[in-house]
Amino acid sequence: MSGRDDKVSEFRVTAAQYMILAIFLLLAYGLWKLQVMESGYYATAAEKNRIRNVPILAPRGKILDREGRTIVDNYPSFSALLLRDSSRDLNADADLIAQGLHLDPTEVKTRIRHFASMPQYQPIFLKEDITPDELAFIDAHRNELPELDTIVAHRRLYPRNGFLAHLIGYVGEVSEDMLNQPQFELYNQGDVVGVSGVERQYNNALMGQNGARRAVVNSHGREIGLLGETAAVPGKQLKLTIDIDLQIAAEEAMEGKNGAIVAMDPKTGEILAMVSRPTFDPNDFAVRVSRDEWSKLVNDPDKPLLNKAIQAQLAPGSTFKIIMSVAGWQENIAQTLHVNCTGSAEFYGRRFGCWVKSGHGAVDLEKAIYASCDVFFYTLAEKLGIERIAKYAAALGLGEKTGIDLPNEVSGVMPSEEWKIKNFKQKWFAGETISVGIGQGAIAITPVQLLRAISAISMGGRMVVPHVVNPQGLPLGYVETANYTEVKNVPIDPNGWTYITDAMTRVLQPGGSAPSAGVPGIDIAGKTGSAQIVSLATRAKFKNAEDLAQNGWFVGFTPRRNPDVIVCVLFQGGEHGKLAARIATQVLKAYVDKQRRLPPKMAEKPKSDGKVDMGALWTAPGDDGNKLEGGRFVIDLPKKPLVAATAAPGMVPVN
Amino acid sequence: MSRYVSFRDFDWLLLVFVLMICGLGVMEIHSATVHTKFAGSHIKQIYWVAAGVGMMFLISLVNYQALLDRIHWFYIAAVASLMGVLIFGQKYLGAKRWIKMPGGNHFQPSEWVKLILILAMAKFFTDLRNRELSWSDFMKAGAIVVIPMLLVLKQPDLGTALTYIPIAIMGVFLGGMQWRQGLLVAVLAGIGVGAVFFVPKVHVLKTYQKQRLTSFIDPELDPQGTGYQVEQSKIAVGSGGLWGGKGSQTHGAFLPVPQTDFIFAAFSEEHGFVGALGVLLLYFIVLMRLTQNAQTAPDRAGTFVVMGVVAVLSFHILVNVGMVVGFMPVTGIPLPLMSYGGSSVLFMFLALGMVMNVRMRRFVN
Repeated sequence: MSGRDDKVSEFRVTAAQYMILAIFLLLAYGLWKLQVMESGYYATAAEKNRIRNVPILAPRGKILDREGRTIVDNYPSFSALLLRDSSRDLNADADLIAQGLHLDPTEVKTRIRHFASMPQYQPIFLKEDITPDELAFIDAHRNELPELDTIVAHRRLYPRNGFLAHLIGYVGEVSEDMLNQPQFELYNQGDVVGVSGVERQYNNALMGQNGARRAVVNSHGREIGLLGETAAVPGKQLKLTIDIDLQIAAEEAMEGKNGAIVAMDPKTGEILAMVSRPTFDPNDFAVRVSRDEWSKLVNDPDKPLLNKAIQAQLAPGSTFKIIMSVAGWQENIAQTLHVNCTGSAEFYGRRFGCWVKSGHGAVDLEKAIYASCDVFFYTLAEKLGIERIAKYAAALGLGEKTGIDLPNEVSGVMPSEEWKIKNFKQKWFAGETISVGIGQGAIAITPVQLLRAISAISMGGRMVVPHVVNPQGLPLGYVETANYTEVKNVPIDPNGWTYITDAMTRVLQPGGSAPSAGVPGIDIAGKTGSAQIVSLATRAKFKNAEDLAQNGWFVGFTPRRNPDVIVCVLFQGGEHGKLAARIATQVLKAYVDKQRRLPPKMAEKPKSDGKVDMGALWTAPGDDGNKLEGGRFVIDLPKKPLVAATAAPGMVPVN
Repeated sequence: MSRYVSFRDFDWLLLVFVLMICGLGVMEIHSATVHTKFAGSHIKQIYWVAAGVGMMFLISLVNYQALLDRIHWFYIAAVASLMGVLIFGQKYLGAKRWIKMPGGNHFQPSEWVKLILILAMAKFFTDLRNRELSWSDFMKAGAIVVIPMLLVLKQPDLGTALTYIPIAIMGVFLGGMQWRQGLLVAVLAGIGVGAVFFVPKVHVLKTYQKQRLTSFIDPELDPQGTGYQVEQSKIAVGSGGLWGGKGSQTHGAFLPVPQTDFIFAAFSEEHGFVGALGVLLLYFIVLMRLTQNAQTAPDRAGTFVVMGVVAVLSFHILVNVGMVVGFMPVTGIPLPLMSYGGSSVLFMFLALGMVMNVRMRRFVN
């Protein structure tokens, strides 16, 4: 065998030993560095790994009508997601998953492929807001498809078909722009906030405060323990002043038309109904609005997103004659003015026509109101002059915001000499005053402004601030209109008040401008209006093309003095005020019928036996007697029966 | 020749230290897997250790001289089995490393090839008997290791392929490596590392291997990707502190494979610097005991065999613990004796059996 000389060099073995020692010292240094020198840093990192603050989302407050019936609710919405940290072959299951969730299998596979390079803990979102049968599919396949999971979020459930859509508004994720504004500084990325309507105006009340759960999680984000919890503070319920019954009547009356309806309690300023048409379905925004859908809504010439009740600025037409009458009466001109209407009259060298070509003959103030004689009001305007007209119009709130608690109200325009110089650097021409006398020309108002002005006149000068939320039950800080109780008194001579309102009652009687709109047994006072969009000459040239049709107006209230309700209707393209009047009186009748405990005509059960529902999850109608069935709308009623209405002063007994 | 071979000359002290390390390993495997789908792995590990000890005794009885005389047949068999894996192997997680054995077990030939290589190197250098290594012999020694290494790289299994390198280096170093040859080895290593890190299109390495190697440079760049494992391992080790902690990294599954490749991180988290240093000390004692056995070996071949085992064991510890503390890239090399896994445990005990074999024959001449 080999001899001693063949032995391996001792030196080299010893060198190897020192090499090993060096390796161990290096490793020991590594441990020392991590475990002793930097252990604090890594302990914090481990803690951060382990503990996750999971937000507990505060449910947004419900929105109720004035009687406590739910208008806007929340519903649990499930999203389907695919967990990628399981050992399953996702591609093999893709077909079954796609079938169950009604997705395209190739799209599911593409999605899986796109995520291939992403960290495994990141799930793939397959579908948002899945339907109950898709949810059932996931539940039934828990064992076969363990990688398929759901998460739940609460979403807003709005009434369908755009019912009350403009007033309620809708919610959305807070945008980058909003986060930069001071009033949104407390909000976080991903918060759901009101974007329009009441949802926006009362966002602070509705939103509530998210809680948080300090959870111990594992590397897959699964919770394996709980350290502590701060409960969420749910959003406040918001009670609107809206009466669903009246709203239904108003929605039905406006169906298929363009325009707006606003109904208000003139004593308090509580808005009872508000409709704007065309409308939109806010449920489309509750999940995610597609780009196409959004641009379609924004570019629609009829502007379905616009709340015409507070955002349409149009000439009031003949409804302005009531304001003219008050101004004329207060200035002691109107009550003694007598005009012979021959169908037209000449002022400042120009001929102004009356809408009745043959003329009204001898006209006093009363006839001028109920027959809507233009020549009378041309004459009155000439005598008053623009400054006095503007003074009374401004006192009645025209050309300024009403202060209603809805976002983006517009102010409209009430022209005056000062206004013209300021905006056009031009002197006021006396001829312009004549047009203003019948609510034409530069004057532009919103329906809610007109409503408020006529409401003040109907109340003998008591002018209220319109508002849509019942502030009772809301903490002080949440009331957005601090001045909602503010009452302004516009001086109106009581004799003038009775005279004018009596004349307005004759509008709906034979000889008035809207006799067909009258409702037997209900004492309605009102005024029609039809405002030209373009000059009559242009209209003649285009042979009454639909786009050039006139806007029909009607403002009416019942009973004629100290009324309970006032309704303003804007019927765009409605040609004549009497068509608007018919819409308005339907709403007024629905109100009176409800007060007299008659079933409202508009809230009858529909003829078809199809399922009637307002929001997707509300139950079928008529099962327990606590449902109101109205047109397409079904709304839960409170358990207690409706309080019997006390007869309002001036109410005409019926039957 | 084998007139007087007795288990009295068996290195019982070495076995005690080795079993202590195995015991800590079993304990940690239990702790890391108790609430996972791998629960019960520690029992299997005990079986593997028991089987390993049995095989160690068996192999110590076969005279290593007889094995060395037939080493060329073993070497051919080793290369053939690696080729067999490439042709008939089971594909699992994108790599062909296993051959399915009758009875449902899987056999990973690249592990026992290490043992063959240790013996082959020993045989090669014993036959040389030169104080200085000639260039042609240097090349031959390199070729003996490089051929199986390329086959393993093809599987691909970079980690195991790397473990063949220290066998070659230890061999040429003890076999009388000249300083120029040492320089060449250093330059080759430098080029290899450079190619991995700086040449973007090295087709030898798979994308995931490159990612593993590059992510190690700055793990925080990609905390949830490939650097994630290194970062989580460092957090586990660091949060263990001096005395150890509750082990949220291990039990919250933040630490990847805490029972195999990252078992040292799991142990360090639960037992702190003191515990981790204790384990390192045990390994150091085992290695020193092994080198002592190498020095008292009856012949040149015995020294080479034992030092080959030392080289493999040291390299495993360096790369595995180095990876756990963030000094080394993630290569998938387990910590011998502690990490869960049959192939790894059996290899270690077979290697120790060879060491015992040499030791028991130290007075044989």
